[in-house]
Amino acid sequence: MTRTFTTAATVEDAIEALGSGARPIAGGTDLVVGARQGKASLPEAIVAIDRIASLGGIVEGEDGLRLGALVTHEEIVANDVVRARFTALADASAIVGSHATRAHGTIGGNVMNASPAMDTGGPLLCFDASARIRSTWGEREVPLDQLWTGPGTTAVDPRELLVGIDVPAPIPATGSSYVRLEYRRQMEIAVVGVTAVVRLDGGSIADARVAITALAPTIRRVPDAEAVLIGSDGAADGIAAAARATAAGSSPIDDVRGSAAYRAAMAEVIAGRAISAALARARGEHVEIPASSSTYAGLGGARA
Amino acid sequence: MKTAATLTVNGAAYPVELDPHLSLLDAVRDLIGLTGSKEGCDDSECGACMMLLDGKPVNSCSYLALQADGRDVTTVEGLAEGDELTPLQRALLEHGGVQCGFCTPGMLISATALLREHPDPSEEDVRIALSGNLCRCTGYDGIVRAVRSAARSSA
Ligand SMILES: Cc1cc2nc3c(=O)[nH]c(=O)nc-3n(C[C@H](O)[C@H](O)[C@H](O)COP(=O)(O)OP(=O)(O)OC[C@H]3O[C@@H](n4cnc5c(N)ncnc54)[C@H](O)[C@@H]3O)c2cc1C
Ligand code: FES
Ligand code: FES
Repeated sequence: MTRTFTTAATVEDAIEALGSGARPIAGGTDLVVGARQGKASLPEAIVAIDRIASLGGIVEGEDGLRLGALVTHEEIVANDVVRARFTALADASAIVGSHATRAHGTIGGNVMNASPAMDTGGPLLCFDASARIRSTWGEREVPLDQLWTGPGTTAVDPRELLVGIDVPAPIPATGSSYVRLEYRRQMEIAVVGVTAVVRLDGGSIADARVAITALAPTIRRVPDAEAVLIGSDGAADGIAAAARATAAGSSPIDDVRGSAAYRAAMAEVIAGRAISAALARARGEHVEIPASSSTYAGLGGARA
Repeated sequence: MKTAATLTVNGAAYPVELDPHLSLLDAVRDLIGLTGSKEGCDDSECGACMMLLDGKPVNSCSYLALQADGRDVTTVEGLAEGDELTPLQRALLEHGGVQCGFCTPGMLISATALLREHPDPSEEDVRIALSGNLCRCTGYDGIVRAVRSAARSSA
């Protein structure tokens, strides 16, 4: 077979190319880098989707956010609505790779690469996001809790294109946080990651979401940890119990980045930090988004 | 199957025939002959190959050349105005930010991207922005000082 490369101008072009066996490339920061590292060679037939204008942009409506598949991590971190109301997602995109990775890496590529260690998955899952998927036979919505089927695999057919991600608006008094254990501040892959989303009603936690990253074959929620939090008053002992439940709900692996035992121990620590930060944000306290808000000009973030 | 494309590098348009799997780095070094950008790791870890693509930093070793068709590419060769070095280039020399020089083309591109977004970065901002650029000689301090002093001198 000869190598081919086409550039799609429209979604219709792209799904037609996918239908005849091409693989999509957006920023290429997973696809090309994976080939460079020898994980999988580059596909013989490639369709570039990075110039499809309708796949860009963040639209904020009453009912929530619509993220185009091509929205980059840089755009997510710089978006005021994401930072204020979907803060865990900003936490995640802020620490992806380096500024070069964030400038080209897209939310669509992050989600479709389906790494159990990728950063935006936990926040999207906890915000009840769903993926909009298009093909020559129509459009469908796949809730993110049904999207990932294993490390690197999804419920999406190779002939289908992710066109966007919809994130419903959280109820007021919701706070969220994503915390990653890492050995360096940037250019890292999560050793362990935990997302927490909590909603306060008066003094107590009315609703809670906890998800684990790099702690199971797919990013997933931990219902036992959520149950511990719901109805509690957000005091230290409740947070500690939820953090223990998070670690108990994980099934980590041994690899070069950490042993299973270390990951399980750190799951508890990182869960405690994520839940505490989400609670603080729900109470209206300021918890900095990582990687220094001042790096992003025009955000109005106070400079130290 | 090679595909015809136009790579615009440092303002000059180069008509080229590109293999679909060819990286932007290989196209610029081997087809166009601009060898300022370096290959260190070839998989997005070191930043020696960094270029600007429509003004944004990119690891060109891991970016398909065909995706750059019709976009503006800037390499280290395109920073100076003729013989006139940029304030950042001068500062890097003055502050001991260059030793063997292998990381320098990527460092300059990365720091140029930072300074365009952020005219007066803190030390922290500089270290975060340069986290994708490895230097095995300088220990980074001279580089960080150079970037901050260039920011102040052009403010
Ligand atoms: C140096 C470096 C550091 C990194 N650090 C992090 C990190 O800290 N955290 C993290 O989570 N990730 C990290 N990554 C991984 C990567 O940058 C992100 O996952 C990024 O969001 C991928 O987006 P992309 O557009 O580059 O994907 P691509 O490489 O273009 O695509 C990835 C996969 O998704 C498929 N795909 C892309 N778009 C679509 C679509 N719309 N519909 C269907 N399929 C699609 C492609 O076919 C491919 O299989 C890093 C990568 C590098 C090189
Ligand atoms: S050669 Fe491209 S990042 Fe190292
Ligand atoms: S000066 Fe030698 S690698 Fe940086």
